[in-house]
Amino acid sequence: MTSLPHPLPGAKKLGLVIDLDTCVGCHACAVNCKEWNTGGHYAPLPDHEPYGTDPTGVWFNRIHAYEAGCGSESRTVNFPRSCLHCDEPQCVTVCPTGASYKRAEDGIVLVNTDICIGCKLCSWACPYGAREFDDDQGVMKKCTLCIDRIYNEALPEAEREPACVATCPSHARHFGDLGDPDSKVSQLVTGRGGVALMPELGYAPVNRYLPPRKATIQARPLERPATGGSNALFRMIDKVLSR
Amino acid sequence: MTPASSVLLLTTLTGFGYGLIAWLGFLAALGLLPSAPLFLPIAVLVGLGFANAGLVASTLHLGHPERAWRAFSQWRSSWLSREGVASLSTFAPAIVFAALWWMLGPDVPATRASGAVAAVLGLVTVGCTAMIYASLKPIRQWHNPHTAADYLIYAVFSGAVLLAALWALWFGAAHGLAIAALIAAVAAGSAKFAYWHFIDTQKPLVSLASATGLAAFGTVRPLDQPHFAENYVLKEMGYQIARKHAVKLRRIAVTLAFLLPGLLALLAALGVAPAVAATAAALCALVGLFVERWLFFAEATHVSTIYYGR
Repeated sequence: MTSLPHPLPGAKKLGLVIDLDTCVGCHACAVNCKEWNTGGHYAPLPDHEPYGTDPTGVWFNRIHAYEAGCGSESRTVNFPRSCLHCDEPQCVTVCPTGASYKRAEDGIVLVNTDICIGCKLCSWACPYGAREFDDDQGVMKKCTLCIDRIYNEALPEAEREPACVATCPSHARHFGDLGDPDSKVSQLVTGRGGVALMPELGYAPVNRYLPPRKATIQARPLERPATGGSNALFRMIDKVLSR
Repeated sequence: MTPASSVLLLTTLTGFGYGLIAWLGFLAALGLLPSAPLFLPIAVLVGLGFANAGLVASTLHLGHPERAWRAFSQWRSSWLSREGVASLSTFAPAIVFAALWWMLGPDVPATRASGAVAAVLGLVTVGCTAMIYASLKPIRQWHNPHTAADYLIYAVFSGAVLLAALWALWFGAAHGLAIAALIAAVAAGSAKFAYWHFIDTQKPLVSLASATGLAAFGTVRPLDQPHFAENYVLKEMGYQIARKHAVKLRRIAVTLAFLLPGLLALLAALGVAPAVAATAAALCALVGLFVERWLFFAEATHVSTIYYGR
């Protein structure tokens, strides 16, 4: 059913919390995600000409880099983008076949690729660009929150977390129940002022992003005072022009 | 948004088909059609032929056309599913309408009633098609009150030019319908200009600062792209050709879709070679509305491309 499920009392709301302060932009999350998922629930993920001039393929994580702010207050922010497992996912309600669905028990948004007709409408309905079409199989694919890891009893308990979270070298990705205000991830969001992306569109995303901390160390100016340097001619020009 | 020819064919051809059936159904219900026994059944078949061609074309862009039947199941939430249900539901009363007209005649209440039902369902289908686009919140050029109204107006216009052409070819003249087609052309053209004015003065849906949650730091600019080649999102939703040639393409669309068909309808109304003029008007409108639909897609921007600074 592509109608949204009624929230069950005490149901989990699984999602990610991504720390933009500590993300170093190494793309390890994207790579480990691709590695796991090309053998996981939606295997295989297309990967054409990976070493050619025009590589194409499906990735569930895309790592952007932005510059935020101006002047001495500006900073580089690495920004991993993936499915936010929204509470009001229009990608689910537009689906004509029931292939797209949101799980009542934990809020994960999935695609049943056995009945997906590949109309791509769900990707049009997602403002976050989270879904990518598999041209080889003719069906839509997306982040599963590593549903085949987090409930996988064949894995040691410590490894039952999404591949992107498990691999992050700077511990910038956290996984947990954002529906429970006492969970570690919810506490992190409260403590650091975590934000939702594009809340004005009304998708009620579950994932949260922790903003970069304000810089507390005053950086010294990088340039030395311009005195013309060691060149005698430039020193003279500098002297004349400085009068 | 990248215009997929299958979807352009779907929306254009179903507009003509269901628009024609709407005109036939309502005119028959009001007793305004001449009682020639064969004209109406053939016209209904032409309408269904257009609609059917559009529906078949739309399945071509699917990754799994053989699963298309599943799209009838989620009418509770999905406009695409509703479009499928409504489009097929129009076929039964339309065929009954044509059959009753042929067997029992135009003045039987059952003929008139089935015509009215087919007409209403045809317009409902066009409305559902429009709502697929109008309901998509990430695309500001679609998610507005113009979309649904415009699709209905274009369907009424396409139905009018098509009926005027069939009528003129069959009966040799089509004064009233040619005037109706002229009025519809003026209305449809005006609606298109109003739409363009609307999307040209719209503000972007969100800023990159809001999309990244970094509004507290001031302006946000893209620094490094996540990948060097185009991915699915950029190929499907980051189409930029129309924005480059918007002015020229808009001129072509208006001329072909509304201006020329309007002038040709005027000639037909004045009795100057009505069969030739009305047929040319319909063909011109078909090509023109295809260009117009191409622009409707190509000019639409998807909010997700903001992450790439587009």
